[in-house]
Amino acid sequence: MLRIFHNTKYDFIRWWRVAVGLTVAFIAIGIGSLAIKGVNYSIEFTGGTLKQLSFKTASSPAQIRSAMDAAGFHDVEIQQFGTPRDFTVRFRGSEEVAAQSTGAEVVSKKVDSVLTSAFGASNVTVVRTEAISATVGSELRRNALIAILLSFAITLVYLAFRFEWRFGLAAVIATGHDVFTTLAFVKLLHLEVSLTVVAGLLTVLGYSLNDTIIIFDRVREDLRKGRKESLYDTLNRGINETLPRSILTHATTAAATLALLIFAGEVIRPFAWVMLFGIVTGTFSSVYIAGPVLLWIEHKYPRKNAVPVWNDSSTATPTLRTKPSTATARS
Amino acid sequence: MSLKYRIAIILALIAASAWLLFPRTVTERVKRNGVFVADTVRRVPLKRGLDLQGGMHLELAVDESKGAVADKADAIERALKVVRTRIDQFGVSEPLVQKAGADRIIVELPGIDDPQRAMDVVQKSAFLQFEITDKTNALEKALPRLDAAVKGLASAAKTGAAVTPTTAAAAPTDSSKNALQGLFSKDTTKKAAGDSTKSDTSLATGGPFSKLIQQGQMPGQYYVLQSDVPALQRYLAAPSVQGAIPPGKVIRWSTDTTALGANTYRAMYVLDSRPIITGEYLTDAKPTQTPTEGTVVEFTLSNEGGRRFRNETSKHINDYMAIVLDSLVITAPVIQGAIGTRGQITLGGRDLQAAQDLALVLRAGALPVPLKIVDVVNIGPSLGADSIRASIRAGVIALALVIIIMIVYYRFSGMLAVAGLAVYTLYTLAALAGFSATLTLPGLAGFVLSIGMAVDANVLIFERIREELDHGKSTRLSIDEGFRHALPAIVDSNVSAALTAAVLYQFGTGPVRGFAVTLLAGIAASMVTAIFVVRTFYIIWLSSHSDKQALSI
Repeated sequence: MLRIFHNTKYDFIRWWRVAVGLTVAFIAIGIGSLAIKGVNYSIEFTGGTLKQLSFKTASSPAQIRSAMDAAGFHDVEIQQFGTPRDFTVRFRGSEEVAAQSTGAEVVSKKVDSVLTSAFGASNVTVVRTEAISATVGSELRRNALIAILLSFAITLVYLAFRFEWRFGLAAVIATGHDVFTTLAFVKLLHLEVSLTVVAGLLTVLGYSLNDTIIIFDRVREDLRKGRKESLYDTLNRGINETLPRSILTHATTAAATLALLIFAGEVIRPFAWVMLFGIVTGTFSSVYIAGPVLLWIEHKYPRKNAVPVWNDSSTATPTLRTKPSTATARS
Repeated sequence: MSLKYRIAIILALIAASAWLLFPRTVTERVKRNGVFVADTVRRVPLKRGLDLQGGMHLELAVDESKGAVADKADAIERALKVVRTRIDQFGVSEPLVQKAGADRIIVELPGIDDPQRAMDVVQKSAFLQFEITDKTNALEKALPRLDAAVKGLASAAKTGAAVTPTTAAAAPTDSSKNALQGLFSKDTTKKAAGDSTKSDTSLATGGPFSKLIQQGQMPGQYYVLQSDVPALQRYLAAPSVQGAIPPGKVIRWSTDTTALGANTYRAMYVLDSRPIITGEYLTDAKPTQTPTEGTVVEFTLSNEGGRRFRNETSKHINDYMAIVLDSLVITAPVIQGAIGTRGQITLGGRDLQAAQDLALVLRAGALPVPLKIVDVVNIGPSLGADSIRASIRAGVIALALVIIIMIVYYRFSGMLAVAGLAVYTLYTLAALAGFSATLTLPGLAGFVLSIGMAVDANVLIFERIREELDHGKSTRLSIDEGFRHALPAIVDSNVSAALTAAVLYQFGTGPVRGFAVTLLAGIAASMVTAIFVVRTFYIIWLSSHSDKQALSI
């Protein structure tokens, strides 16, 4: 029987301060950059026109830019898309978006004729067009936000129903943490926030929550066994007991995600990046966010007949260790 | 449950899945030599989304730029019927026309290769009118007033900009709008303005309006130099100029331009504003090609319409009748005799396709409200094929990696899990086919991802079995206990994932919705395989092995 990380007794929770420090720093950098530079929304959310071009022979962004410039399109984003023959061209300057208010196809039509006259119909093919008016864009943005908030609300209700509220709240806070780290990651990698990336984000939420639930399930079960140990130890025990499962599942999921990242093409790549990061942050938050938050809640609002939250011997958390005075301070 | 029943259920599910996925003969409309014909093809009955097979997605909304629409919900309902009729006749396999939200129409046309034509057919209002051209020289009489109105327009703009700051602020926005119109109008060639006075038929008396127009070939028809058309249209849009137009008359433009000598002109018509008849009486329209007149659309009117038409045309023999579609004059033939229920529209040099499309929109009826496109996504067929190839490659590699990990780590039990994975793949695809869900590119990605996640339930169970074995329990007991203890965690985690997927389904559009559907199907299938199918595999194994035999896990 091949076994990895079997019967481990790592004191994971002990490092929570370092872990929280790191993740807060990461979120601060990402969200700070987000606040300063704004979100890099895709055409779906901003409104505008996207054209994916496929040239017969290699072309360059400069060639496309000069053709567009000559036709009066000055605010154009040109990106190579995979091969040197494939490009995406985005038109979402205020002028172009305003022109689309009379009909989303207006800019697209004009661009088609510019391309044909500049490069010849046989040399360039428009393989994909997305033309979205600003109204539809803002609608989609609102729907995406509602989707994220609603999935939060629904999981909270489910967790409250399945677990006791202390566990549910800790799990939701850990999941919320994942939203922020994933957004920070998206920003730091300059990924475009598209509907597919939002779908990726929600999948990460589900995956991370799944991980937290597995650990909490084990903690709940261990608590029922009535061992004479602190919650701190039970939590560590639960994490260690589920460690082989975590490693295996993360390995198979990461394998599938890597296959997508490398082989599934440009359209799926942002989704695969988000998912790959999601495996990391989901695992991290299940241990280092959900765990400490649970301990903190149990300490602040202890249940009846509760086991002690912290070990007396634990040195990692001197300030939060249960003292007789905190019980009175609560009221 | 006895082993026999378990096996029977699994086999029944596999048989049902195989049946759902078996390639079947379907009737499709395919394009052959430019025309659509019904054809039968054999293929796996999985519906591919537009992003995988190529095609166009259009979203239409009521266009209120030319006036507010009172009852939008009712208007969109009626527009939906018209659009549906038009699309049904358009000739695409499996088109989709449906209402989205309160005031949108979604049109999906898979496999379309001429998106421009499709947009025209969908958007064309197709409001047909027959109007008699003016023969009273009403425009000539009104010219002094029109010239004065245009002059007033120019001076008002000047003084307004100089005096009041509010109009000064408004002026730049106006000019930027004009610049934008210039940017997107087809006509970019600028010709010398002096050219317009060249012709001796010019009505030029020096006025800013009258110098732009010259007498055409029939009463009520005028020629305008193509380069002057935007300026004239701008004048005509102004309220003061509108007020100077003779009462009971209406000015309309021709659809086409005519070349006279070196210059290109566009005809402008002055028509009686009361149409002698409109397209509402039209019962049929069909395109034909005649040797003498080229492409024509023949139409038939209802009996009542025919009566009116005969009545009116008999009063106007030797007059010219403009055939107006969506406020543009297609043609203006002379009325040689009374016309009854049958008539025709001559399209001159245009091709049969144009006649077909015109006949189609006339048959389907006019749109009750103008529609505008708010969202269009068009995917070329080659891109979709590339996406499918890439996704399948990623899927195969993901599957291989997962199989290797599972078998290396869990040996025999890993093989059971892999067998379960095969069943899982079959069930998921069958569920997608069974619910006729649409497979999209994100959906395929979700499916590949789910291969990695689906083994999670197996991993949970196997780890539990290992723990029970560690406690010194017998193989049979360990397996039982392992499944029992892993169950709550599996249910909890899958339900929470399913809830997230359900939210995505509710709020996602097109491709993302496909992703949510695949995720949901995958979650259901993975629970069935891990809890029921793999369990059955173990029971089969146990039935032929003694309890003392060590389990390879």
